[in-house]
Amino acid sequence: MNAIRTSNREAQLDCDWRPSASFEALRLRARGLALIRAFFAERDVLEVETPAMARSAASDVHIASLSTICHAGGGAAGQFYLQTSPEFAMKRLLAAGSGPIYQVCRAFRDAESGRLHNPEFTLLEWYRPGFDHHGLMDELDTLMNRVLGCAGTTRRLTYRDAFAAYGGLDPFEASTDALLTRAEDAGLVLAADCPAERDMLLDFLFSQGVQAAFGDGRVYVYDFPASQAALARVRASQPPVAERFELFLNGIEIANGYHELADAHEQRQRFAADGVARKRLGLAQMPVDERLLAALAHGLPDCAGVAVGLDRLFMIAAGESSIQAMMAFPITRA
Amino acid sequence: MIDNDPCAIIENEFVKPGKGQAFNRVKFRNLKTGRVIERTFKSGESVEAADVVEVSLQYLYNDGTEWHFMDQESFEQYTAGKDVVGDAASWLKEQDSCTVTLWNGTPILVVPANFVNLTVSNTDPGLRGDTASGATKPATVETGATIKVPLFVEEGELIKIDTRTGEYVSRVKE
Repeated sequence: MNAIRTSNREAQLDCDWRPSASFEALRLRARGLALIRAFFAERDVLEVETPAMARSAASDVHIASLSTICHAGGGAAGQFYLQTSPEFAMKRLLAAGSGPIYQVCRAFRDAESGRLHNPEFTLLEWYRPGFDHHGLMDELDTLMNRVLGCAGTTRRLTYRDAFAAYGGLDPFEASTDALLTRAEDAGLVLAADCPAERDMLLDFLFSQGVQAAFGDGRVYVYDFPASQAALARVRASQPPVAERFELFLNGIEIANGYHELADAHEQRQRFAADGVARKRLGLAQMPVDERLLAALAHGLPDCAGVAVGLDRLFMIAAGESSIQAMMAFPITRA
Repeated sequence: MIDNDPCAIIENEFVKPGKGQAFNRVKFRNLKTGRVIERTFKSGESVEAADVVEVSLQYLYNDGTEWHFMDQESFEQYTAGKDVVGDAASWLKEQDSCTVTLWNGTPILVVPANFVNLTVSNTDPGLRGDTASGATKPATVETGATIKVPLFVEEGELIKIDTRTGEYVSRVKE
């Protein structure tokens, strides 16, 4: 048995040293990056680079940060976290008066592997002072025209309408029991001791049903439930909604954007709420980014920002069905 | 174990909204019924593991209602009914080995060898020399199954059959 395993391993290494992407795919990737940089150069959006590791990390319950030990500046060893997105550092630049900025960088998220996930992936993130989430959706769509090489069909709908189109449930009004019944009908199995949390059920129904029903083309979904605001500002409508949007290409999540929360006090409260939720779920507490809070207190210009998953975008541009087909060496070959 | 039945995972896809809950969409084959089902779990959840093993057993005989098998190393015997043996019954010849899936020590699935050699017990007289026309005729083999064979195959001949397709492969020289 051990002998068989060893020879399998050798056979695997025999081809594992090779890239999982074709050179055609790597050339498409390179052209895409050049197009993106040209797009922002034309619009006077400044390319920036910010640290990939920091002493603080994202607090989101559903995002797991990788960490490493760094002997910073000859001092004692300290724990640093690999960024899950460059958001905090870029907002500090905005607060310091950078004006519009963009970045193409690696982001890292632990325990995310699959056809559309790799623990290390490439993000394009940009911020536009003076834009709200609708203004940024317009600019994102122009960029999509450029990268995908066509105008394509584009639809915009609210989270509520997107949900209603899939089986008539109102994500704001439906009871948690109704959502649970619907989710179980669609194949969700919960462990006996697992509470049926509303946002988990919405995530399930959205990702398994609503998204899948979008079909080909671009769909922008905006105005999310306030409980899924993340770092977006919440508009005091009835019901209150998060000024957040996502872009789906052929039913695949490509981009997530916000009309950014600029209120330091509310941001601190959201970090604290995430900390409480993390504790309840037995997850590690993440150090709060006090420098981000200080920047917000100083004043973040009214702005919108968006992160685009470039591996997935290029995958769709190439007509491939896995991001591994667009990466030289995904985690299994890293 | 899903719905109290042992299942084998065929496909496991990771699904996760960027900011949301991670799920695994899993496709299973129910090992008792053969049916394929799809379920989604929150990532990291576990299900009860099924005590399932595949063993190579020798088919001994059929007593009219049940099929009897034996482990040739331990000499332990197993019996399985029609619901478990199913279509495999067409290809089970006494003394032949087959693969049996045991769940908690009880057979739940019987798979014959990919190729079996069986004697033709009944077929129309052969057309000697016709090895090229590709025409076929029905033939019944010793286990009772009926398959299509080339016209030149005679009663009493041993032939090789692919049990996955139920198709004639070749004649076998004894």
